[in-house]
Amino acid sequence: MLLSGQRHRFGSSPVRASLDNLFGIHEQALLLRERRAELLAENLANADTPEYKARDVDFRSVLAATEGTTPGKAPRVNHPRHIPVAWGGGEGFDEVQFRVPTQPAIDGNTVDPDTERGAFLDNSLRYQASLQFIERRIRSLLSALRGE
Amino acid sequence: MSLFKLFDVASTGLAAQSVRLNLVSSNLANADSISSSVNETYRARHPVFAAIFDGERDDPAASAGVSVLGVVESATPLRADYRPEHPLADERGYIYRPSINVVEELANMISASRSYETNVEVVNTSKQLLLRTLNLGQ
Repeated sequence: MLLSGQRHRFGSSPVRASLDNLFGIHEQALLLRERRAELLAENLANADTPEYKARDVDFRSVLAATEGTTPGKAPRVNHPRHIPVAWGGGEGFDEVQFRVPTQPAIDGNTVDPDTERGAFLDNSLRYQASLQFIERRIRSLLSALRGE
Repeated sequence: MSLFKLFDVASTGLAAQSVRLNLVSSNLANADSISSSVNETYRARHPVFAAIFDGERDDPAASAGVSVLGVVESATPLRADYRPEHPLADERGYIYRPSINVVEELANMISASRSYETNVEVVNTSKQLLLRTLNLGQ
C-alpha cells in the first residue's frame, strides 16, 4: 500500500511506482484471507460449544475499506530520513460479524459445520490463487531482471 | 502471520474433542459395570465445552479456541435390579446398573469424531497454505 507523500521522497520514477504496486491487491487480500481462515477455524473448533455464535467477515466490504487507508498501528515516521513502511496488517478486524444462522441448535450454538467447511475450503483456494498471482509476478519480474 | 494462529485454534478443538471421545469410550466401556450401592455405580460423564477468547469477549479481533470447562456426571436415576443370587447384590438383593444410553453415546462418538476430523482438516489445509507461502518466489 502506498502511503501518501511516499512518491515525493523517492521521486516519481515509473520503476519505483511499479515496484510498490508489484503485487496489487493481492498483498491485502492475503492478509484478509488469513484472518478469515482464522475466524472459520474458530467456528469449526467451536462447532459443539453451547452459546457460541459463528462469526465471519464480509470480504468484499473489508477489502474495499482496506484500500487507500492507513491503519493506526503503522510504524511511526518522526524523522525526515525515516522511510514510511507500507502497512497492511491489523486492517479490517473490526468488521467481524455474526453469521445469520440457518439452523441454530437448541443449545444456542449457531455453527453449521458444513457451511463453515465450505467457506474454509473456498477461502483457502482463494488464498492460494492470490499466492499464485504473487508468485507469477515475482517470476516475471525475475525474468525481466535477468534479461535472458 | 496469523496462519500460525490457526494451529492453536484447531489444536484446542482437537484437544476438546479427544476429551469428549475419551469420555464416550469410558461410558461405553462401563455400560455394564454393576455395583452393589448407588454411590459406587458408574454414571455417564459428559464434557462441557466453552469458548476461550484470547482477549476481551467483545473485541472482534480476539480469537476463540475451545476448552473443556468441566465434566458433568449424568443425573439420570440408576436402574436397580432384584438379583439376590448375584455376588454383588446388596443385603436387600439389589444390584445397580449404570443408566448409560449406548445409542446416545454412539451418536455422541460419531459427532465427536466428525468434529475431530474437521479440525485435522483445518490443520492440514493451513499447513499447506503456510508451506506454499514460505516457498513464495523460489
